[in-house]
Amino acid sequence: MNVTQKYVLVEDVQMSFDTKQGPFVALADVNLNIRRGEFITLIGHSGCGKSTLLNLIAGLLRPSEGYLFCAEREIVGPGPERAVVFQNHSLLPWMTCFDNIYLGVERVFGDSEAADKLRQRTLEALELVHLSHAEKKYPHEISGGMKQRVGIARALAMQPKVLLMDEPFGALDALTRAHLQDELMKIVAATQSTVVMVTHDVDEAVLLSDRIVMMTNGPSATIGEILEVDLAKPRDRLALANDPAYHKLRGAVLEFLYQKQAKKAA
Amino acid sequence: MITKIKQFFVTMLLPPLLGIGVCVLLWSIVAQTSETLPGPVKTWRSAVELFSDPFYQKTPNDQGIGWNIWNSLKRVGTGFGMAAVIGIPLGFMIGRFTFLDKMTAPIVSMLRPVSPLAWLPIGLLVFKAANPAAIWVIFISSIWPMIINTAMGVRQLPQDYLNVARVLNLSEWKVFTKILFPATLPYMLTGIRLSIGTAWLVIVAAEMLTGGVGIGFWVWDEWNNLNVEHIIIAIFVVGIVGLLLEQGLIALAKKFSY
Repeated sequence: MNVTQKYVLVEDVQMSFDTKQGPFVALADVNLNIRRGEFITLIGHSGCGKSTLLNLIAGLLRPSEGYLFCAEREIVGPGPERAVVFQNHSLLPWMTCFDNIYLGVERVFGDSEAADKLRQRTLEALELVHLSHAEKKYPHEISGGMKQRVGIARALAMQPKVLLMDEPFGALDALTRAHLQDELMKIVAATQSTVVMVTHDVDEAVLLSDRIVMMTNGPSATIGEILEVDLAKPRDRLALANDPAYHKLRGAVLEFLYQKQAKKAA
Repeated sequence: MITKIKQFFVTMLLPPLLGIGVCVLLWSIVAQTSETLPGPVKTWRSAVELFSDPFYQKTPNDQGIGWNIWNSLKRVGTGFGMAAVIGIPLGFMIGRFTFLDKMTAPIVSMLRPVSPLAWLPIGLLVFKAANPAAIWVIFISSIWPMIINTAMGVRQLPQDYLNVARVLNLSEWKVFTKILFPATLPYMLTGIRLSIGTAWLVIVAAEMLTGGVGIGFWVWDEWNNLNVEHIIIAIFVVGIVGLLLEQGLIALAKKFSY
């Protein structure tokens, strides 16, 4: 088996939750291969289990049935090699931006490297997201977009095998979101990261992804279609706006979401 | 500048001063109609005299007001400190482990509403001395808010923070020092504030029963001497010290809120 071809592997995964009304099957028959260095987005209507799938890869949830692997090892729990960028940033409010990142760096590299090197790694991560000036600031002192960047820096500083992002820009305004998407594209190109991102934003999915994994509506949600995004990189949002290939891909996702998986108004 | 000072005076200083003024006025009116209740002026004179020599020591039972306050504070500090040493770790464990929570819930809910003074005879029986018995009463009255608030803080810990800990794979010790403790600290301080309030409330009553040097026994002693001015002064002193303790802890809590 080629590791780079099947870097993250999801095999026959089913996930059910116990509720008061009995078991609720959120995901069923999910199969997915993610190549090394690939950027995958999971898209679908709310409640389709895309975050559940991400949490399964993160190891925060264990599947009811089936198996998940990362770099040929079964995923049995969460760990820093599958770093998560949470939707609401989840920075610890009693620590400075520096300390928030340092906590992860120390955990991953603390056994093998001296404090100087750990500090340097932390500062480099801050620089990567252009936040060197906010080193000594506390999370409540910076904007939402900056917090999310610190969250990304915290994840990247651990040099994860896979970067998992759960609607990382969902809570941001459109301009900040576009700005961070551009930054993320540059960072991912530079670090060659493997990324799995949950989103409900069609433009974001087409702009960032190598493949878009489109999920059917729950219960028993599964992968409906997988769309290859064969647009050349680096991508530029302004150039893409006039690119027919971009619009065709965008149309395909929209068709899946609003025609094939049209959701009745709740 | 002048308008600002004026504004500060009208909005910040005037209302409380007016409140105090009305109170003193009512007091003096009531005192006028009563034979035994001393008025504000008489009490003030007595207070000036009392506070002119706060640290005299004539006999073990006749000491200055300063010593009385100090001894009461010492008892409260000791009982409260011991309650913190036991109550806070216990609160952490109850909050973290559901089993322990269910185990202790009936005991805590049953014992918490009991008047602390009901524990005094048990203290006297066990320690066979008045002073440790008073400290014991303070201990038992101040332990409940600390257990309950600390446990609540641990339970209210956002799942997000725990997810961060899980993804980073932090050790139990790191989870405690970097996440659990700082997240719980504001709740803990609320518990401490409530405890200190109750402890200071209870010490007066406890000392009335146990005797010895202390503000509570002093009140009782002055009642036996029919020195009503001193009783009124004691009420003010207890109130002001309680206020200072409360404000001090609020200031401390503000430093640790996020």
